[in-house]
Amino acid sequence: MKPDMRQDFGGGRIVRLAEFERPRVRFFLNGVVCEALAGDTVLTAILVSAPALRRSEFGPEARAGFCLMGACQDCWIWQEDGMRLRACSTPIAEGMRLATEVPECWP
Amino acid sequence: MTVPKASTVVIVGAGPAGIRAAGVLVAAGIRPVVLDEGQRVGGRIYRRPPQGFMRPPELLYGPDAGKACALHVLFDTMVAEGRVDYHPLSSAVAVADGALYAMTPGGRRTFAYDRLILATGATDRLAPVPGWQSAGVYSLGAAQIALKAQGVALGRKIVLAGSGPLLTLVASQLRKAGAKVAAVLDTAPLSAQVLALPGMLARPGLVLRGLRMRLRLGRCYHAGVMLDGIDCNERGPVSIRWRDMRGRSRVTACDMVGLGWHLRGEMQLAGLAGCAFDYDEGWAQWLPRTDRLGRAAEGLYLAGDGVRILGADGAELTGRLAATACLSDMGLPAPDVTPDLCRLARYERFARALARAFPWPDAMLRTVPDETIVCRCEGITAGEVRETAACSGAEANRVKSLARIGMGRCQGRYCQLAGAELIAARAGIAVCAAGRLREQAPVRPVLIGAWIGEG
Repeated sequence: MKPDMRQDFGGGRIVRLAEFERPRVRFFLNGVVCEALAGDTVLTAILVSAPALRRSEFGPEARAGFCLMGACQDCWIWQEDGMRLRACSTPIAEGMRLATEVPECWP
Repeated sequence: MTVPKASTVVIVGAGPAGIRAAGVLVAAGIRPVVLDEGQRVGGRIYRRPPQGFMRPPELLYGPDAGKACALHVLFDTMVAEGRVDYHPLSSAVAVADGALYAMTPGGRRTFAYDRLILATGATDRLAPVPGWQSAGVYSLGAAQIALKAQGVALGRKIVLAGSGPLLTLVASQLRKAGAKVAAVLDTAPLSAQVLALPGMLARPGLVLRGLRMRLRLGRCYHAGVMLDGIDCNERGPVSIRWRDMRGRSRVTACDMVGLGWHLRGEMQLAGLAGCAFDYDEGWAQWLPRTDRLGRAAEGLYLAGDGVRILGADGAELTGRLAATACLSDMGLPAPDVTPDLCRLARYERFARALARAFPWPDAMLRTVPDETIVCRCEGITAGEVRETAACSGAEANRVKSLARIGMGRCQGRYCQLAGAELIAARAGIAVCAAGRLREQAPVRPVLIGAWIGEG
């Protein structure tokens, strides 16, 4: 069974401190509609409501990015079509479909 | 004077160094190609938030707002006037035989060059702390980028640990923005900081600014600490265990830890382009071998934190110097560099003193427990590195081949210095004798489909 990270961990990790006056953007995380603000990176968009982006393939822990400057590659996340993206440097876009677990279409 | 048509100059990176280099070339009538990974120029330090963000430059860059805006305006003007061939969101991933290979929004592109200026900047320099692989542990730079470029804090109760100027700076910036910083844990002893003070006075304004910030942090700042570990549950950090300067065990509750010990230059492209490196004891890292102007090899110039960690002002300066060297090698009239060279010497004195004041925690990391993860990418432990070094021989590339330390997605950016310390400690040799990881292209992971899809 796929663990639902939002349910497991209750709430997000990131706190907004400024720049609240931006248009809202809707996207899907694990099939659930989520809201972000235009200009958010995928990482920000997800971590305001969830604690992690994915699980580590080499250990038991979850991962939520590390360097935020495109150097460590820790923040990759699944898209529902099976492609992955670097969450810290990809802007969130309306209708994006993201997943914290490997999608079913992945062999 | 006309510039020979064949002379293509490519600049990688549009932070303070890359922008200044472009400025010097444009002023001499050359139209450089500029590649930058960012959506907008400015680099990490003068990074601009996405369109639609409202905070003014004074809030984003503090007392350096004027410098930041000057660079942004200079570059925007050059782009608007068509005087640079600018490629944003473009990652240079390989260099070979006079060509730079990049992943751009339009796919893979090859940029042939006659001269290459690398202003690739730096990343945080990290040492492993038990538990640092958990979600919710970030680099200090990450905490700063999150605040600057996104207006967010990466946790509700933050502990920053490590050493170097960024530690105090990020703590102050976060507090000012309204984040809760529970503790600032500096592994540098106060004695080292005091001893290095005369050298740091090469830039008295910066010392004063740093001291003021430090004073405002008050009792949440602790010098001379040892970091024992980050306790985590499945969600992330719950506390950090540390020992104070008197050796007493302390625990601080938190849900985010930011770690970093100064910076480490991004040098992979330089290595691929033929630059040599020397180990620098003062910086405790490998630095590229260049002349005073940044010439690293025939037609190869380095600037910014990728050549010496001198910070933003130093980056502007070395950017100008590299472009000047490039011009004079092309036989073109070049600006007089004497004043810049004097300032460079002063910045270097300051930077060397900083490195002494906030040293790399080699003793702490040589004694990390065997179960500590050193490679965050693939979960390789200190014990595995030590064990492998004992049978493979004390050489970083060999240990990498056998233990995979440095072979993960970050390509050794965050584990290679710690790995070399562990290897050297095990073998009883100097850390420089453990060698340096050879760089491998591509220097960022790329999708194979996108790579072979070049039309």
